Formats: sequence, structure tokens, C-alpha cells
Amino acid sequence: MPGKLKAKIVAGRHLPVMDRASDLTDAFVEVKFGNTTFKTDVCPKSLNPQWNSEWFKFEVDDEDLQDEPLQITVLDHDTYSANDAIGKVYIDIDPLLYSEAASVISGWFPIYDTIHGIRGEINVIVKVELFNDLNRFRQSSCGVKFFCTTCIPQCYRATLVHGFVEELVVNEDPEYQWIDRIRTPRASNEARQRLISLMSGELQRKIGLKVLEMGGNAVVGYLQCFDLEGESGLVVRAIGTACTLDKLSSGSAPNTNTHMPVFVEDLPSSSGPPTPFRALPTSSSPPPFSPSKPCSRQSSSSDTDLSLTPKTGKNTWPRPSFPFSSLPSPTLHIGEFPFFTLTSFPPGFLLHVGGVVSARSVKLLDRIHNPDEPETRDAWWEEIRQEIKSHARALGCHAVVGYSESTSICEEVCILSASGTAAILNPRYMREGCLDIGCTDHRFEEPSPPNCGFCHIPYDELNMPFPAQLTYCYHCRRQKVPDVLFTTIDLPSEAAVAGKGCLIQARLCRLKKKAQGEANATAISNLLPFMEYELHTQLMNKLKLRSMNALFGLHIQISVGENMLLGLASATGVYLTALPAPGGIQIAGKTPGDLSSEHISSIQKRINDTIAVNKELYQINPPELAEEGVGSPIPEPRHRSRLFRSHSESSDELSELDLSHGKKDAFVLEIDDTDAVEDIHSLLIDAPPPTGFYSCNTENMPGISNWTSGVQMFTSVRVLRLSNANLTNQGLNKIFTDLCENLLKSFYFKLRSMIPCCLCHLNFTVAVPEEELIQVTVTAVAMTYDKEQTQEKTAEKPINKGSLEAEEQLQFPLELCADSSSSNIQTASKISGIINSASVDYGSFADRCSTWLELLRLKAHTIRRGSVKTISSLERCSPLQEGRSRSLRSSRSFGGSSVTVVKMTPLSFLPGTRIIKYLGIINMFFIRETTSLREEGGVSGFLHSFIAEVFAMVRAHVAALGGNAVVSYSMKECVFMENPNKNQAQCLINVSGDAVICISETDQESSASTANTGQTGGSETDGAT
Amino acid sequence: MSVELDVFVGNTTIMDEEVYQLWLDGYTVNDAVKVRMEGGVMDECEASKDVLLSDTMDQYRTFQMCERLLHSPAKLANQLLFQIPPHRQIMLIERYYAFDDTFVREVLGKKLSKGTKKDLDDISAKTSVTLKSCRRQFDNFKRVFKVVEELKGPLVENIRQHFLLSDKLARDYAAIVFFANNRFETGKRKLQYLSFQDFAFCAGQLISNWTVGAVDNMVEDMDEHAFQTLPSLRGKTKVFIEMEGSFKNLSRGLINIAAKLTNTKDVRDFFIDLVEKFIEPCRSDRWSAADMKLYLTHYTNSAHILDTFKHQVVWDRYMGVVKSCIFKMYHD
Repeated sequence: MPGKLKAKIVAGRHLPVMDRASDLTDAFVEVKFGNTTFKTDVCPKSLNPQWNSEWFKFEVDDEDLQDEPLQITVLDHDTYSANDAIGKVYIDIDPLLYSEAASVISGWFPIYDTIHGIRGEINVIVKVELFNDLNRFRQSSCGVKFFCTTCIPQCYRATLVHGFVEELVVNEDPEYQWIDRIRTPRASNEARQRLISLMSGELQRKIGLKVLEMGGNAVVGYLQCFDLEGESGLVVRAIGTACTLDKLSSGSAPNTNTHMPVFVEDLPSSSGPPTPFRALPTSSSPPPFSPSKPCSRQSSSSDTDLSLTPKTGKNTWPRPSFPFSSLPSPTLHIGEFPFFTLTSFPPGFLLHVGGVVSARSVKLLDRIHNPDEPETRDAWWEEIRQEIKSHARALGCHAVVGYSESTSICEEVCILSASGTAAILNPRYMREGCLDIGCTDHRFEEPSPPNCGFCHIPYDELNMPFPAQLTYCYHCRRQKVPDVLFTTIDLPSEAAVAGKGCLIQARLCRLKKKAQGEANATAISNLLPFMEYELHTQLMNKLKLRSMNALFGLHIQISVGENMLLGLASATGVYLTALPAPGGIQIAGKTPGDLSSEHISSIQKRINDTIAVNKELYQINPPELAEEGVGSPIPEPRHRSRLFRSHSESSDELSELDLSHGKKDAFVLEIDDTDAVEDIHSLLIDAPPPTGFYSCNTENMPGISNWTSGVQMFTSVRVLRLSNANLTNQGLNKIFTDLCENLLKSFYFKLRSMIPCCLCHLNFTVAVPEEELIQVTVTAVAMTYDKEQTQEKTAEKPINKGSLEAEEQLQFPLELCADSSSSNIQTASKISGIINSASVDYGSFADRCSTWLELLRLKAHTIRRGSVKTISSLERCSPLQEGRSRSLRSSRSFGGSSVTVVKMTPLSFLPGTRIIKYLGIINMFFIRETTSLREEGGVSGFLHSFIAEVFAMVRAHVAALGGNAVVSYSMKECVFMENPNKNQAQCLINVSGDAVICISETDQESSASTANTGQTGGSETDGAT
Repeated sequence: MSVELDVFVGNTTIMDEEVYQLWLDGYTVNDAVKVRMEGGVMDECEASKDVLLSDTMDQYRTFQMCERLLHSPAKLANQLLFQIPPHRQIMLIERYYAFDDTFVREVLGKKLSKGTKKDLDDISAKTSVTLKSCRRQFDNFKRVFKVVEELKGPLVENIRQHFLLSDKLARDYAAIVFFANNRFETGKRKLQYLSFQDFAFCAGQLISNWTVGAVDNMVEDMDEHAFQTLPSLRGKTKVFIEMEGSFKNLSRGLINIAAKLTNTKDVRDFFIDLVEKFIEPCRSDRWSAADMKLYLTHYTNSAHILDTFKHQVVWDRYMGVVKSCIFKMYHD
């Protein structure tokens, strides 16, 4: 009996009129948790009832606490007939289960009904008393923190990164149960909402257990998704990165994200990787490249241990969750899959980046033998992850960062996709322990240039997994770099870039014959490689057109419909100064008879002009490098990369053409048919954003760092109905491209009052909800910045200065280490103790990891801030955390306006503010249905109010937790179905994010309270491990 | 191919003041797009007509969803559906409750009933205010009327608190409610030259001076008093000769109006009486505004000279209001 949940119903307001005769409502409330229900008194004849109920107490297992939501139902009392439901509120009490987050949930919640939407508000107070010491929570996983944020959360420090965690639960979808035929839509929707809430709770608990097993206390980059498979079930799955986080004690929590240093200077270098983008569709194909030998080529010898030792056992459910016990201790073993869902890392963490790895697989849902069990899906994902792993290995990399998984389902066909960026993580940090800090000199004797190192190729030059042009790094001239680099991660903050970044999208439609079952799956798998290829080509062309040479945050979505496939690739293009300048694009005529040379030269001119304009627009003025450079001149002859359109092959002819564009190698587009002309035109269609706007899909906008406080998060949905005319692939492409472009134009127009501003984290999702419908959903944030300061700041940014800086960095770690060494030792011993009892010996590993990451972290923040020492003394303040946070809350919610302003952003930070507390994860699922579509303003009116309602409910929950912002917000799912003939529509939305308290960066008062929370946080961590 | 669905929702509700005004003015989406295009907003962001249409539709939808809240503005501040910064909320309310003087002039003093609402299309045609806008304004009047009807305390303050309006707007609404409640006759041809602001001013005077106490018991001793007024005016005005002739009539007129105030039915004719019994005679005698002022001042003061006149306070209250009303109304 480890927990007592207490709830109090205070009051309601703005209730709907339920009794037409009196224009009033006789409201009462049912409070339900698990199988226990309490009721308040009826508050007669009032639209603003004051119940002021007693405390309803539920004595429950902590397992239930994690799985179940608190369910509050507001009803209208009716003497003669059944009571009418007004609406419900589901409250996820998870944030109350770890003391670092919220201590009480209290506030106004919108009362939500799946048919009528929001109907009034109710004021509720919820508390949890946990009886036990947190240590004993092993059945459940109370105390494990979850973060959607894909970087180490501000105000925390990662002492250990344990690696990949995943889980998947399956259930029958209530919408497809027999009972659904006889129950009301409301009952069906509520059953579904409740089920998904339960499943998410269960999933989170199970993942938490895995994390505890690994010895961690948090999951970062938690990504949870739903697969509405239909008949075969409802799947909730999640992936994340298990970590051990320590609360940073100081007001000096490094605000990494707001700083986007733009280094333009050269640095000395070390090793290197290149970058192609590889996608191997259908899972059946074996990895075509023999695994190259892992990365031992560069730097110290220790890194060999980082390789993914091939796991032999065919893992079946339940998979051994932590298989590295038998391995030699000084290795990085990040579980079976060395995947990280993180997209940005502490400086120096990322050594080399190999390129994008992705895998897709087409599956038939009606072939699942045992649909209610997770085995089949587990095996599917297992397969895909293995493939990703082998791709990474082929690129000479031992880890995959920026990893994500997704699905697209149409009828019984399901495409599973996974992608990430193959990378090598820094072995030095992994090898050395805390006490090795003394040998710092040795650590930095071979400096790895932070601003170009990650570009250097990790794979073997002589045994390249794919054709690529290598040159010596334009920064250090010591290592090879590829000509372009594609990644799924954010631009590392230390990377040297020229100019600004911009959003680059490739869009593609492919018609497909309608088919059933296996034939359909085969048709789709056959199309996939072509789509991937073409998306890649488009990206490459558009990148060159913008005179850039690297893509970050690459996300490729392939969505399947009954008669078409949609592909959308989004990324942020940037000019990395370490990479060679991109060549131009050369147009070549294939058959001179068809197209006059004038025509070709006019196209060529347009392309050249566009490149010139874009260079200007994105201020790409890379530092001029003397051609002779440092080091040896590039020895190998440059190869021309050619791109052949369609079937024709004629390399002889081509080689005679002069393809060079200036001094650089050119990218050749050959015009041999009208399709090719179309394609080139479509290349040029992408309009640059209007003056004053920039756009990107990553956390940081390359080239802009001086954000001001203006923030506007928005969601936009557009559905296009295709006329039933016989559309060609080309025609569809045009329509799809226009759809995306027009959406962007709309955003620019709507947000014009924020100029100068940047649209960040533009996240496009495409779907084919029905035949002839294309749905695009976009969530992004517009942030204002100070145009004037851009230049200065760039100039001011400190540049790493070799050894001098290294010394500076080390002073603090040393001091701090001495200061807290005793506690460190304690922690370490504690860890090893527990581990021994569990007969897994990774104590030494834990030790090492804890220190290398800690060091990284410290290094990161000592660069930016001063006094670590004062902070650590602050840490010893008496723990007044509770009182503090409560006073903060009260001043917020009662000062000024009666409704707390809650900011939302898909980014992990809010400009100009510092996050002082994470209150817990927000993960909400809503269904809305209507049978009076016309009356609600048609489909647009219906969805508009639903999205507004979802925002309102998210804000209300955050405010009730005492927060004032949601970071890393995302709309995971927006499934819209309509039946205009029946005047009906239904929509499902799933949103998630991290509720936080943030304060203005200039605010002084906060530092003390942060310190206090840090103290308690630290002690709790000890307990948990 | 057609856009089936198109929505844009911001965490902070995005509202364009210009579009809001167009919506309030009752423009259809297409007309609003036309107006915006002519206004040159397209040049701002390289927008196309489609972009403008989509934006206008979004905003119209937002306003429609907000409208319910605007009906009880206090709710706007503590509702959760839309996150609107306070200064925007004030703007939304103020503009929603703003009205066209030409429109209100037409319905001033009329019963705010369904019957009147049916005539709105005529008024719309006459004033060239769109029917939609007329309806909104009419409903606003009615809503405010309904709410303050049952409330005690000062009218203006009640309106301001319940509808969160600015002082000026609250006063105007008080005037409208006051006129509607007392059903003052304002539609006669002779009163056509008066604007809403003239009436609003008068209503303000009436509300602040006459609404708490009654206005009866004023009729006695008026005649005697009238005679006394004459000598004090002598020699003080150029138009004395003419004034002398009409003095008796004017004085009787004013006193009759006062007498009629005891009867609610006759109160309706207050303004028409003022015009017929006082303003028109004066105008036909070509009094200047200054003459009028002088006359009324002395006329009022002379009552104090009368020893027998026992209702000094009531008299001042009466004449103070009548005086300021006449000043306001004495123009072409």
C-alpha cells in the first residue's frame, strides 16, 4: 500500500445550461481512481457551483498510481431520469510521484466532452502521499523522470548515459470491439481515451523499470507513439535514452540552447568522417556492405572497445535488457542497440558523424498471428534496429544518434521506418574516471578541433561504403571530409558555419495501383527505393541551389495511402566551413534536337542566378582559403558526380562536356525529356522566405542566436482534395509541392507582425487519410530576434584557443571534484553495491561514464559561466524546496490576470528565460467527434476549435502543476476523419511535452531556490540508485 | 482539387485588428479579402490572394468562436480556450461594443424588442450599415439593457463593471439604455437635426441629476417667479425687445415641461417639448447661443430672488439639466 492519493473538488465555473426550463444546472462530481469512486453533493441551480468537497482519499498501489489517471466526471443531477454527463477531466498524476517535480496539482481544468468539446471548468486539488522510501519501488518505477526534450535538460547534468530503452504494449482497440456497435459514440470515445491513457501509463512504468534496472533515474528524448492498426489492435510504443541525471545546483545552469556560437575561425584538427545518406528500404534486403572495421583509425587506441560487439543471440521477447555484463570493463556498452534519441550533445561528445542511416520495412497487419501480444511487433522493430545497427557499422560508426522511429498505416499495410545518424562518440571521456582529472594535460595533448572534428569521416577511406568525394578538411587540413554531410541531429553548437541556415524540403508523390494484401505490400516495397532515391536527389539539388553543403535535422516521412505514396523530407541546410564549397548545378541537354541550346542556357542562367541570390540571402561568405592550404594538396582527382535522369545512359557524351562551375565540380542535371524539365522547374519553384524571415526545422537556427522574447507556437492543418481526374506523378508532385509552399507562405503572412523572426522546428507531417485526400500538419514556433545584434554577437563569441582554454576548463572541474568527492565516492560505492547484488558487474563502467559525462557537462558550463564554487556551497543550503516552489506558484497564479500565461514551444528552451524546474511530462490524448459538422462551422471550424481546446487543456494542466511553459512540445498524432454526407467528423490528437517553470534570465531571486531543489534532487538520486 | 480543410491555431491567439474591424462591420469573407487587397497588405509579405483568403477565413472563425465570450466580457479574462494578452482583450471588447452613431440614432428610444429587430433591415438600408453589424449592435444594446435592468446602483458604473468597457463607451451605453427604458421620443422630424452625441449628453445630465430622486412638486409658484425674472434681464441683452415678447411663452413652456415630468407617459416627449416650446421659438427670434445662455442663467437665478419660492433645490436641479440640454441642443 505505498500511496495515498487525495483529491478535493473545489468549484466549477461557466458550466453549460443542462436544464432548459430553469436555464441552470444541478451539478455534482464523481471522482474515480481505479475501481473506487466518490461523489460530491449536488450543487443545485448554479452554473458556478461551489462544492468545496472533503478530501477524497484513495489508497492504492504505486503501480496503479503510475498507470491510472484520476478521472473526474461532472454530471447534471436529474431526479427523474438518468444523470447527464457534462464532461470529464483526466489528470495524469505521474508528476506527483517524484519529488523533484510538482508537489501538488491545483487549478482550473477545462471539462471536456468528446462530443461537445470544452464545457466549463472545474477547480481541483490533487496530492499524493507516498509512504515508502523510494528505494523500495522496484515493482513500479516511481521516481524515474521522463523528458521529451532531446538534449540533456537545462538545470540537469548527465552523470551517466545508459543508452537505448524501448517498450511496446498492445491492446484491442475499443473502436473495433463488438460492443462498439451498440454503445454511443461518446462511450466509445471515452473507452478509447481511457485505454490509451492506461496504456501510456503502463508503457512509461515499464520503461521506467528498465531504466532502474540499468541504474538510471531518467529517460531523455522520450518519444511515444500510437499505431492505430485497426482490427489488429492499438499499439503504444516508446523509445528513449536512459540517463542518470543530477540536478544542477546553481543558478548557473548552462543555458546551452540559447547560445549558438558561430565560429568562423580555423582550428587545429584531428580526425574525420563523411556523410552520405543511405537508405535501405525493405527490411528483407541484407546489408549490402561488409562491415568496415570500426573506426580504430583515428586518435587513441581505446576506442576500439566502443565497437558494437555483434550480439549473437536472436533476441526474443523478453529481450535481455542489459546484456553487457560479460564484456571487459573499459568499454562503452550501450545495450544491445547503441542508439541515442538525443539530437544535441554536450560539446566534444560527438567525435565524428558518418551520415544518415535509415531502414524501412513493409508489413502486413492481418498476418499477425497473435495480434493481442506484442511479440510480432517487437520482432519487426528488432529487425529494423538490427539493420540500422549494421548500416552504422558499415559507416565505421559505433553509435546512432538522433534516432527515431515511425510508422505509416493504410488498411492492412504498415510501413515501419527508423532513422538516425551514424556517429562515433568520444572514447576519451568514456575511458577516464573522475580521479583521472589530474592527467588533464595528456587528455588535451591531441586537441580535437571542436568546430570541424565531427565532419571528419569515421570510415575507412580505402574501403568506403559508398562513392563519395573526399577532400581534406577546410579547417584543419589534416583529415578527410566528405563533400556533403546529411544528419538527423541538431547542428552541434560548436560547429563552424558561414551565414544562415534554411529549411530545405523535398516532396514527392508516387501513384500506386490499388491492391490487396501481399501484392500491395510488394508494390509498396518496390516503390520505396525509388522514392528514397528521388527525395535524396531533390535534397541534394536544393542544397546546392542554396549553396550549402550540409543538412541537419533530416527527417524523411513516407506515408502510404490507398492509391499513392507521399514522401516528404525536411531538413535544415547550412554551410559548414569545414566542408568544401558546393559546386554549382550544370544543365546538360541530352538530345539537342528537342530542346534548343538557348533554352538550356536560359535554364542554366536561372539556376546560376538563383544560387547567387541565395548566397546573398543566407549571407554565405565562407572565409577565403588559400588554395594551397595547409598540409598537402588534395591528391586524388576529383570525380564528377553525375546524376542521370531516367533510363538513358551516356557517360561518354557527358564526359566531353565541360561541367565545371568555376573552380568547383559541378553537379550535372541532364535534360533528356520533359519530366526532367519539370523537375528543374520545380526546383526553382521554392520561393525563399520573405525579407525578415528565416526558417529551419532544428532546435537552433544556424547563424541566429540573439533571440528576443517574442514566441508564437502554432499548429496548422491543411487537407487537399484531389479532383478525380487522371493525375500523373508529375501533376501530383506539383500539387503536393504547392501545398507545402503555400502553407509556408501562409505562415509568413500571418506572422508578419513578428518580423524579424525565424520559424524554428518546422515539423511537417503528411498523411493520406482517404483516397484523394492529402493532409499536411505543421507545428512550429516563430521566434523574434534582434537584427542589430547579430553581427556583434557573432564577432564576440569566444573562440576556443587550444591549450590555454583547456586549462581554464579544468580548473573548475578540479575544484568541484575536490569539493564533492566524498559524495561521489559514496554514490559510486552505492551503485556498485546494488549492482553486485544483482550479479551484474558494471560498477567500473558506471564510474567511468559518470565522470566523463560530468566532465563534459562541467566543461560546457564553465566555458559559459563563472563561479562553480559558490554554487556548490549554495547546494548545502537547507532544503526549503517545497515552500519555495509553492510560493513561486502562488505569486504566479494569483498575481495579475486570473489565468496563468503558459508559453508553448517545440524547442527545448524559451528565449530569454532559464528553466528552473521540470514538472513532469505532458502526454495527452484526446478524441473529438461531432454529429453536427455543419453547425460547428464545417470541417475547418470543427478542427479549429478542437486544436484550440487541446492547447487549452495542455495549458491548464501545466498551470495546475505550477508551471508556466511547455518545452519540447509536439503533436504526435492528428488523425482526422470526416463523413460530410452524414454530417459527421472525428479527430484524434496526441500531444506531448515537458511542463516547466522558467524565469526570466535576469531574475536573481531564483538562483537560491534552484540550489535548494538541487539539494533534494541530489539526495533522491542517491536513494533511487 | 480543392482545399478541404485549412486551419491555423496559435498558442497565443493571433488576431489582426484590421480583419476584426471588417468582421465587426459585417463584411463577408470575400468582401473582406477584397478590401484587404485594396489596402495593399499583399505587398507586405509577398502574399497571394489564396493566402489572404485563408488568413481571413481563419480569423473570421476565431472571431466567431470568441463571440460567445464577448457576450459576457468578464468571461474573456478567465476563460481557458484562447490565450489572449490583456491589452488585446480590452481591444476586442471595446471594438465589439463600439457602435455606429448613425445606427444608434435610429433605434434610440425605441423598445429593444423583437419587433424593432425585424425593422433592422430598413435601418440597415437607411444608414448603410450592414445588417450583420446592425444586428450585433442591436443585440449589444439589448444585452446591456437586460443585465443592468435588474442591477441597483449607478448605471454607468454597472455597465462598466459588467462589460469592462471604457468610461466613454459605458456612458454612451448608459444613455442608450436610459433612452430605451424611458422610451424618449427621438424619431420626430423636428428632432432629426440632433445627433446621438447630443442625446447622449442630455441623457448623461438626466441620469446624473434626475434618476435618484423624483421630479414632482415643482409646479407651484412658477408664475409669480416668472414675472420676477423679467426686470433682472432688462438692459442686459440686445434682443431684449424681442425677448420680452416671447418671454411669457418661453417661461410657460419650461414650466409646463417640468410639470409634465411627473407623468411617465409625458416624459417621453421631453425632448420634443424642449424643441417645440423653447428652442424653436428662440431660433425663430434668432437668438444666438450666447443670448440663450444669458437668458437661462438669469432665469434660473432669478428664482432665488423670490422669497415665496420654496423649492430652490428642486428648481436648480431642474433648471441645471434643462439648461445644459438646451445648450447642447441649440444648434442647426
